[in-house]
Amino acid sequence: MSTQNQPPKTSSWLVWLPVMVFAGFIAVVAYNLRNPAEREVRSALIGKPLPEFSLQAAQPGQQGLSRADMADGKVRLLNIFASWCVPCAVEAPQLAELRAQGVEIVGVAMRDRPDDLAAFLARHGNPFSRIGADNLSTIQFALGSSGVPESFVIDGKGVIRYQHIGEIRPDQVPLILQKVKEAQQ
Amino acid sequence: MIANLGLAALWFAAALAFLQLVAGGLAVRNPGHPLQGIVRPVAVVQGLLVTVSFLILVWLFCVTDLSVALVAKNSHSAKPWLYKFAGTWGNHEGSMLLWVMVMGLAGAFLALIERRLPERTMLATLFAQAFVSLGFYSFLLFASNPFARNNPVPAEGMGLNPLLQDPGLAFHPPTLYFGYVGLSIAFSFAVGALLTREVGPTFAKAMRPWVLGAWIFLTIGITAGSYWAYYELGWGGWWFWDPVENASLMPWLAATALLHSVSVLASRNALRTWTIMLGVVAFSMSMVGTFLVRSGILTSVHAFAVDPTRGAFILALLAIYIGGALNLFALRASTISEGEQFTVTSREGALVMNNVLLSATLGVILIGTLYPLLAESLGAKVSVGPPYFNPMSAVFIIPMLVVMAIGPLLRWRRDSFARVGKMLVLPAIVTAGALALAIGAGMKVLPLLGLALGLGLLIASVLPLRGRKLRTVKLPLWGMVIAHLGVAVALIGMASESAFTREKLVAVRLGDTVQVGPWSVKLDHVSPVAGPNWTAIEANMSASYEGGKRVELHPQARSFWSPPQETNESALVTRWNGQLYVVLGEEAEDGRWQLRLWWKPFVTLIWYGGLMIALGGLLALLGRVASDIRRIVAKDKIAYRRKRQGR
Repeated sequence: MSTQNQPPKTSSWLVWLPVMVFAGFIAVVAYNLRNPAEREVRSALIGKPLPEFSLQAAQPGQQGLSRADMADGKVRLLNIFASWCVPCAVEAPQLAELRAQGVEIVGVAMRDRPDDLAAFLARHGNPFSRIGADNLSTIQFALGSSGVPESFVIDGKGVIRYQHIGEIRPDQVPLILQKVKEAQQ
Repeated sequence: MIANLGLAALWFAAALAFLQLVAGGLAVRNPGHPLQGIVRPVAVVQGLLVTVSFLILVWLFCVTDLSVALVAKNSHSAKPWLYKFAGTWGNHEGSMLLWVMVMGLAGAFLALIERRLPERTMLATLFAQAFVSLGFYSFLLFASNPFARNNPVPAEGMGLNPLLQDPGLAFHPPTLYFGYVGLSIAFSFAVGALLTREVGPTFAKAMRPWVLGAWIFLTIGITAGSYWAYYELGWGGWWFWDPVENASLMPWLAATALLHSVSVLASRNALRTWTIMLGVVAFSMSMVGTFLVRSGILTSVHAFAVDPTRGAFILALLAIYIGGALNLFALRASTISEGEQFTVTSREGALVMNNVLLSATLGVILIGTLYPLLAESLGAKVSVGPPYFNPMSAVFIIPMLVVMAIGPLLRWRRDSFARVGKMLVLPAIVTAGALALAIGAGMKVLPLLGLALGLGLLIASVLPLRGRKLRTVKLPLWGMVIAHLGVAVALIGMASESAFTREKLVAVRLGDTVQVGPWSVKLDHVSPVAGPNWTAIEANMSASYEGGKRVELHPQARSFWSPPQETNESALVTRWNGQLYVVLGEEAEDGRWQLRLWWKPFVTLIWYGGLMIALGGLLALLGRVASDIRRIVAKDKIAYRRKRQGR
């Protein structure tokens, strides 16, 4: 092993190897750029009817919530929330504002407990006409919702017209009102 | 108004880069061309103008000027000022402007100070640098204008990705960019040398500080990035083989190889073509990394610009620069003589081994990173993770560690193993002993080898200092010793983390105590807290190490509202011998809280090791720069004396 060694030797074809490897890289990548895979999560549920569901009342003595309640000709805002969800508390004033503007809001309480829920509603106000309890996240999955809070505008035929991910911020109240108005037409 | 000024400065800088390209090109073709004299001044002014443009963008972010689309999209008036400031480069356009600014400044600095290269090579280097910069200018101006305006002006900005709201963000990307751009200078040097065929020790000495500097920044960037991912993502891991991590690791590996081969070229005038090749490869890896991240072609937490148009633009730049440089290399390589000869058992031989092994590791990681792309174009969806990367890179890294232990002890040109063998008895015994112990303890293969080799390397690294007076040891040698020690330290940390970590995933009630490793951790209470632009549930916990004094911990589950996103803020307790890592999860229905706890013995060594590697580089750089300055001063003295004698 003590022969005179030339480290990486430059024979005629070898020097072209990097160029060829690189050309291959460019080809693969250019192909992929032209055919991008789907990465955007689109709300596939807009325009679709609400899935069939029937939820128990979230609080004793109140009404539950089912799909049948939602297709009576009236436009409603379906709000998925929970007492343990901090942005839901942040969202409460906006829901109250929407309620004051005449929007009927129905709630789905996610994995919540009656006592906690009652305390939450006492502290932040109750804009909901009905609250269903979704203790197993079934509705959340069925609606393709990724977290709490989320709101859906449901038209009079029970069709989903708009999905709002995250809490409704004060500057978004007009947007929601507009979506409700569109759903009424 | 100010935004327009920034855009104007950017256009001017781009125009000057074009002028630098034309004048440099003419001067390289016809030495003595009248435009030759303007190349250096133009490079300086170009650097200044692009800096002005960047500072204006920083200002726009700091005052939250929402008439600028970029600010409105990425900032928010309620954001803490540090994040407004750092938000400048926490987005695609701003980070590209930062990149171009660093590039311009580096070019200006090079034009100002570098005097030892033959002027023609220097002009060719500045020509290449202008060529590279021009591509990025056009990318900024035509495909990602940071100064684009909004009309009408929105009332409020759209925030910043909360994952990026961390002090680390203020420093992490710029650090990596300094590294990448330093490599762009090395690339320009390599192209310049290929154009003029002047490759030798002078060239290597001129190129070396840039490579060293870039390498230091990359080392710090990767180390910091790894720690950031470790505490911010809340998964308890420190390296995920994420495409973006690989994108920063690949240039680092190439730069490490380049660093070693440029040293051989500087002191022994050998490995000429190989050094040039690595110069091209190192920057190519930075560009490929940037492309992979920015085009959104690979899905990653870092991919903030999923935009095929931009992807196509960067790809075109990539094809022009790298393709061009590799072609030039192929055409010119045979005309550059190989340089001095040496035997296998010599310092050079060991460095060649190290280079080959580093390049092989680089190749393995590159294949792993690109394989999902290749598979996707063939219609299959795969992801490549640790089961591939860990063993495949270990195959090359383990022999490299052995070479690292032996190489520095070998003499230049010709040596024998018999001579260094005696010195390596101690590290070999330590390695063997640790191996025996670890096998006895039933450790897994990789942590076992890592721990044993790490301990052996720890001793072997300081052997080059043996028999020397420590006060007379030169800085670059200190640098090497400390950097190699750093590798050993980091390795021990990695092996220890992977072998000895204790993990607990539990649901506990308030007041409950959990035992994890030597720690007992108690959940005292949980309460809501509010920050400037987030709200959180915070757990108040106390932990005690083997029944000792109790330490408070406050892990949080944070909710940001602009844009809405949930993050976990882990809580850490650091001791000299490891870290306790706690993440607060969700509240279960029965009022119990999910907690995830880890005790990670000696995990911090990973990052201390990384910083030691960077410190080693810094010492070497200081040593080289100091001797360069001494040389310049001595030269000036001689010139001054001659001048006086001439009179």
